Parts: sequence; C-alpha cells; structure tokens
Amino acid sequence: MSNLSNTIQKYRLPVNTTSMFVIVLFAATLLASMANLLVPVDSALHVSTYTITLLGKYLCLAMLAMAVDVVWGYCGILSLGHGAFFALGGYGMGMYLMRQIGDRGVYANPELPDFMVFLDWGELPWYWLGMDNFGFAMLMALAVPGLLAFVFGWLAFRSKVTGVYLSIMTQALTYALMLAFFRNEMGFGGNNGLTDFKEILGFDLQADSTRVSLFMITAVMLAIGFALSQYIMNSRMGRVVLAIRDGEPRSRFLGYRSERYKVWLFVYSALLAAVAGALYVPQVGIINPGEFSPINSIEVVVWVAVGGRGTLYGAVIGALLVNYAKSRFSVVMPEGWIFALGALFVWVTLFLPKGIVGWVQDRFSSLAQAPAQSQADDDLEEARHDESIMINKELAQ
Amino acid sequence: MKQIMAASCLLLLLLSSGGVIANPASVPSQLTQPSQTILAQSEPQTVQSSTGNSEKGRFAELLQQLTKAKLSKVVKVLEQLEATGDTLVRPLFQILLDGALYYQRDNLRLLAVDKQGDGRLLASDLLSGAALGSVPKKTIKKIRVNNRLRVYLRGALSRLALTDADVAVREAAVLSMLNKLSPANVETLETAATTEADEGVQVLLKLALAMNTLSESSLRNERLAAIAVMQGRLESSVRNQLQALVDNTGEGDLVVKTAAEKALKTIDGKVTAFGYLEQLFFGLSLGSVLLLAAIGLAITFGVMGVINMAHGEMIMIGAYATFVVQQLMPNFLEYSIWVAIPAAFLTAGLVGVLIERCVIRHLHGRPLETLLATFGISLILQQAVRTIFSPLNQTVVTPEWMSGSMEINAVLSVTYSRIYIFIFALIVFAALQLIIKKTSLGLNVRAVSQNRNMAKSMGIRTDRVDALTFGLGSGIAGIAGVALSQITNVGPNLGQAYIIDSFMVVVFGGVGNLLGTLFAGFSLGIANKFLEPATGAVLANIIVLVFIILFMQKKPKGLFPQKGRAAE
Repeated sequence: MSNLSNTIQKYRLPVNTTSMFVIVLFAATLLASMANLLVPVDSALHVSTYTITLLGKYLCLAMLAMAVDVVWGYCGILSLGHGAFFALGGYGMGMYLMRQIGDRGVYANPELPDFMVFLDWGELPWYWLGMDNFGFAMLMALAVPGLLAFVFGWLAFRSKVTGVYLSIMTQALTYALMLAFFRNEMGFGGNNGLTDFKEILGFDLQADSTRVSLFMITAVMLAIGFALSQYIMNSRMGRVVLAIRDGEPRSRFLGYRSERYKVWLFVYSALLAAVAGALYVPQVGIINPGEFSPINSIEVVVWVAVGGRGTLYGAVIGALLVNYAKSRFSVVMPEGWIFALGALFVWVTLFLPKGIVGWVQDRFSSLAQAPAQSQADDDLEEARHDESIMINKELAQ
Repeated sequence: MKQIMAASCLLLLLLSSGGVIANPASVPSQLTQPSQTILAQSEPQTVQSSTGNSEKGRFAELLQQLTKAKLSKVVKVLEQLEATGDTLVRPLFQILLDGALYYQRDNLRLLAVDKQGDGRLLASDLLSGAALGSVPKKTIKKIRVNNRLRVYLRGALSRLALTDADVAVREAAVLSMLNKLSPANVETLETAATTEADEGVQVLLKLALAMNTLSESSLRNERLAAIAVMQGRLESSVRNQLQALVDNTGEGDLVVKTAAEKALKTIDGKVTAFGYLEQLFFGLSLGSVLLLAAIGLAITFGVMGVINMAHGEMIMIGAYATFVVQQLMPNFLEYSIWVAIPAAFLTAGLVGVLIERCVIRHLHGRPLETLLATFGISLILQQAVRTIFSPLNQTVVTPEWMSGSMEINAVLSVTYSRIYIFIFALIVFAALQLIIKKTSLGLNVRAVSQNRNMAKSMGIRTDRVDALTFGLGSGIAGIAGVALSQITNVGPNLGQAYIIDSFMVVVFGGVGNLLGTLFAGFSLGIANKFLEPATGAVLANIIVLVFIILFMQKKPKGLFPQKGRAAE
C-alpha cells in the first residue's frame, strides 16, 4: 500500500490538487445550473431539472465515497458499514422534513406524521421533539452518527480489532440498524421510511430553483469536505494516519497512540457520510431502512476501489463513474447491471488494484519518465514485499 | 482430484450410514396411523366384517330397514345396528351424521355421496366401498336425520370409538370427550372404564371421571381425590376446570378450593417447564441451522483465512440443486433427498473450486480485496439464479417422512423436519471433523493453514490443497442448502439471509476452531430463542448482534482462540 503514497509523492500533479478539484467542480456545477435556469427549455443546451437532481445525488454519493476513502484509502480501515452513518444523517434530515409537512399530510394531523397517525400513536416520541427546528435537526443529523462512530470506533480500536474482523463488525452494525429501522415500533416509519416531503426552510422542494440551490449547496459542501480532508491528510495527523496504515505496530512503538488517531479519523469520516446523507434526502425525496442494507455499504467501497483509493479525487471519480453507469445500464437492461456490477468487483480487484486513477498515473508516469521507471519498479517490488508481510501478520493476529 | 473424491466419498458414506440410523421411515408411519384412521371415518370403508354369516345377514337386513323406516323409528334401527357390533357401523354412523347417506330408489342400495362443488354427486357403495362415479340426482334419495338423531349418532360414535380395537382411537376419543362431559358421555366412559385394558387409556378414563366427580359431586373427600387425580395433568380442559373452580366465588368448600389452587400451581409449573423445554428445542433447532450455515465458512474462513462473501450463495446453490433434483425425479420425491445431498455437494464444491482457481488464488494475502471480489461473485451468482430460474421463490417438496410433528404431551410437540435437521447438522459436523483430523487431505489442510511456506517445502502442493479445501467448504455449504431448503423459502436471496449470521457464528466461536463453531452456533441459537418471548424476533436478533459486537471488543479472537504456534 505504501507504493501508492510513493507514487503520489513522486508524480504529484503540478497544480495544487485541492484548488484544481474545486475549480473543476464549481465550473461544472455553475454550467449545469445556468443551463437549467437561464437556457430556455426547448434549447439543446438546456439541462432538465431531473438531470440536476440526478447530478446532486451523484455528488452526495461522491461525498460518501470520499468518507469511505478517508478511512480505507488512508488508514486501511475497510468499513462495510458507512451506509449506516449516511442513512442516520439522512434520517435526521428526513425527520425535519417530515415535521415541515405539518397538516398537509393525508391524515391532516398538524402534530404527527402520517405513519404515526396510521399506527394510532397519541403523541410524538421524545426523540422527535425539536426536530421541527432546522438547526437542531441538523445538529442531531451530525451528532448521532458521530457519536455512534465514536463509541463503535473507541470500542473497536481500543481492543485492536483490525482488518477483516473490523469489516465484518461494521457490516453487522449496519445490518442490526437496518433490522431495527424496519420495525414500526422504532417510530421512523418502518418499512416505508420517511417520504412525501413538501418543503425545506419554507422553499418548495419541487421547485426548480430549490433543486438547483440544493445541487449547488451539495457541490459547495463536497468542495469543503474535499479541502478539509486534503488539509487533514497533509497535516501532521495525516502523516501519522498514513504511518498507521503502513505499519501500525511500528508507529505504536514510535510512541503514537494509534487508536486515538483511528477513532478521530473514523468519527470525521462518519460526519462526512452523515452530511452526504442529509443532503441526499431532500433531493431524492425519501429515506427508508433499505439505505442501511449491507449491500449499499459494500457498493460504496467498490466505487472507491474503482476510482482509486488513497486519492480523494479518485473516490469522487469512481463514485461518479459507477453511478452514471448504473443509471444508464439499469434503464437499458436492469438484469445486466447486476452482472456488470459483480464483474466490476472482480475485475477491479484483480486487474486494477490501484483503481482508475492509479492506472492513469502509472501510464502517465511511464510515458513521461521512462528512465525513472526501473527504479520505481524496484521500489514497488520492495513495497509489495513489505505489504505482504504486513498482511500476513495481520491475518495471523 | 483423487483427494476430493475420497473426501466426498467418505462424507457420503458417513451421511448414508448416519441416515440409516436415523432413518425415520418406519417411525412416522406408526405415529401417523391414528390420523389416518380418524380420516377414514368419513370415508366409505372397504373393511370386511369379521362377524359370522348370520350376523352379516342381520346387519344387511337392518340396513334395508333403514331405507324404509320413518324418521321417528330410525333411532330403533340404529340402536339395533349398534348392537350388532359390526365394523361398518362406525363409518355408517359418521356418514349419516354428515348427511351423506343416500340409497338408490330402484334397488335400495346404500350409497355414500360426496357433493362436488359443481353440483355433481359422486357416489360410492357403502358396503363394498366401490366408487360408482357421478349419479343423477333423481335416482337416489337421502336418508334424513333430525337433531334427535344427531344427538344419538354423536353419542353412539363416541361409544363406538371407546370400544374400538385401536388404542390410539380410544385415546383420541377420551381426549375429545374431556371438553364435553355430559351425563350421557360420563355413563359411556364409566362402562368403558370397566373393560379398558390399555393402561394409558385407563388413566385418561380415570381422569375424565375425576373431572366429572369434581364438578358434580358434593362430597369433600371425593372431590379432593378427584383433584389428586387431576394434579399434574397438562390437558387444557383440566387446567380450565381447575381455574374456573378457583375463580368461582360461589364455591363454598375452602379445602377443595385450596387443593385446586395447589393443583393449578403444579400444572402451571409443569407448563412453564415444558415451555422452557420447547424454547430450548427451538433454540437447538435454530442453532443447528446456524451451525449448518456456518460450518462451511468455518473451513473457508476459519481454516483457510479466505473471506468468502459468496458463501451464502453456495448455500443457495445447494438449495437449488435440491429443487432441480426434485424436478428431475418427480415420482421419487421421498428419496430425492438422498440424491440431492451428493448433487448439492458436488455442484457447490465445483463452483467453489472454480472460484478459488479463477479469482481467490490471485488475491492471496490480500483479505480485503478477497472480500470485495467474492462479494462481486455473490452478486453474479444471485443474478444468474434469477435469470435461469426466476426471481420468485421455488417450491421444494418436503418428503412425507419429514413432515408432521411428534407430540410428546399436551403442551409440547416438536416437528420432525427440525429434529432431522438437528441430527443432520451434527452428522455433517462429525464428518467434517473426521475429514480434518483423520484424512491426508485434512492433514495437508492443517499444515498449509499453519505454515504455508514450511508445508510447501515439505512437498505439499499448496495451491491444490487450497482449491480442494475451498471446494470442501463450499460443498458443505451446499449440503447445508439441502437442509435449509426444507425449512425456508428457496429463492435468490436465500444466501443473503445467512451470510452475516454465519460470519458471526464463526467469529464468535473462534476462527480456525470447528468445535468453537459448534458451540457458538448452538449458544447463539438458544440465546436468540430465549430472548424472543420477551422482545420479539427482530429485536432478539438485534440484541444478539450487538452482544457479539461488544463481545468482540473484549475477546477479538472469539470464544476459543487458537493457541500455540498455530496462532502465530
């Protein structure tokens, strides 16, 4: 894995990655938004509101992929349960939106959401109180997943649960949450989840302007998330995190409390996922327990693997590409998509271990610096050897 | 290849020999007999009368009278019929009670008529039982019954049942009378008690009479004696009567009341105890399912260290193999399972070897990538099943000898399929343990898992051992699929339902430890079922999951971690 960072260090892009990423992202966002709002509907250049919403959705998922990349690509923690943090953030936003419906629901009850009326509940459960306040709801949408990540991470990393065991435990975590949220008694709408939202902060959710604004806000949040993650990774903490990824026992012997770094990184990643979830829900218009399903979380990991883990923009590119392919394929041949997705898992792990970004970088560097290649290959070989030893040790533990 | 053949042969041998021990074919046939006999009451009987010729003539004559007699005189004829003691009397009375007794107008032949939904009347001869097909309505006439007759018929039927030659019929008759102790019934029971030879039925008769005494008698001693008889019986009518007595504020005799309360407490205690026993059985049953699902994974994950997310799909393949085998031999469904087990083992095992050769081999030492790749394979396999068969669930027929349940007493009964799956899980476990401990393949597997390089330098072909081990684990998952197809829906998502549980069981028990898997499977199953009454099924599941997550923090290597050099 250290070969990855080596490569990145050696062949760094000439322009600062963060500013480049932000420029590309904002340019695309502005273009798309203007094409929707300013260009007339019948023009060939017009971008439909549906596409805008779809793009917004992609950006949310890209943010989720980035969150997974932060822990997996940079710290070697393969979380198969990041969907849980995403969905919890989404439920936070969903609860706020649900309260905003007020008496416009089917049962026209000003206090209770429809499903509670349907279940014959007398009053709001305590955990729904205050969720009609946007600020409080957003605080909860971040605090709950953050706290969950802290407790889980603190327990797991302190007792040195690593590797596959951790992956399976994160999967069990999201699976347990899915089972819980499917229960009607939980008070989160059970099977159907939360839906039929009307407005956010007084703006109609169906209006074009709201949709475009949400899209732009998502882009800004993604840019902030990217910049922040990049900053963290370049900071002293980021260096330690990389060291932990490449040799946890060694970094511990050097005096770093590896579990503390891991816990805080995990919490940060969960918060990123929660923000993505909170932005996702108003754009998609529904949140249900299906978001907790382990498959969703694993799919996110594949986006990261496809794009190239260990580079933040790689995760974003992977998420955008796979999701774009998904929306195209699943319309044309819904059955074929699952085959394609499954094959993608296998193909990427077998032939593209560094993802698309890594592959392109390898190509680029071998063309540009052919003489340096042999040296780099040697480094790679050595790194790979180290890595396999590390992994064998990890397995034996 | 020789090794895998040897392994599978050994396994089959074990399975089939185990199957002979557990072969249940003869057991249920005895136990299902009562239900058959009860069923037969409403069917025309072909049983020939065992009585002499003159008796036979008398019986036929009475039957003829039945067609002519006025409604008010029918009872007399029926009484005489009952007195003949002919074996046909019971079916005759039952048919008459059901209003299905007709006679042909021209030759006065008695018919049992079955009215079809489309209005056709299917007749069969009462005496010979021969089916006569559909008969026109005009040629036959119904023998009518009124309420008085029905009362008589019911009484007569229970009297006849109490004197039936079959013990089980007599037992069922007494049990059905416990709920309706009319004076007439009591009289019948009293006469039956004087002649009853079977001990079990005699006890039941005494119980019925005691229940009657308790409600009818006014003598304290008699009633106390009755309560003593009723004490500890689990029949619901006994409990209800005692409860009614305790709740009855008009009851004056306090001594009797206290005795009844005490008896009720004993009964309740027994019911609770059997309730726990039932939960324990359910827990063991769930545990055996978990064990079956996880045991293949204990090989691929536990021993080899390969994270196989497609493990659930191996189970699914086994279940579909069962389905296909049943489709191929629709006339031998009873025996299809003996073909399905090897078929499932080979299919799943081959798929496993294929996966190992094509994918997992290249990802050696990269567990996280293996996890992702095998997850992709699981998606492909699921979708393949959806495309080849259908996205819907398929029906797998449960063989006759596996269906039904064994009634241990009034409050406890266990289904056969669960018992067999429990036994099956233990057999599979024992077979696997034997393969790992006693065969050369097992020796190689252990050597490679402990120190790959050393094994290699000793001349073990590690890549072949890898493929065979993975095939073995997958094949065992396939066998689990055969068992699971009997108790759950066989559909594309079958494997998904078990994958997380399987990993939990293996991790909880301690990776690389087959006995740990056994222990973990059963303890998780039992814990789940004992939580269920208090919390509901889903919450119990969640609690167990959370418990394992917390447990892993404390003991990351499971209940029984590997020790010594193997753990390095």
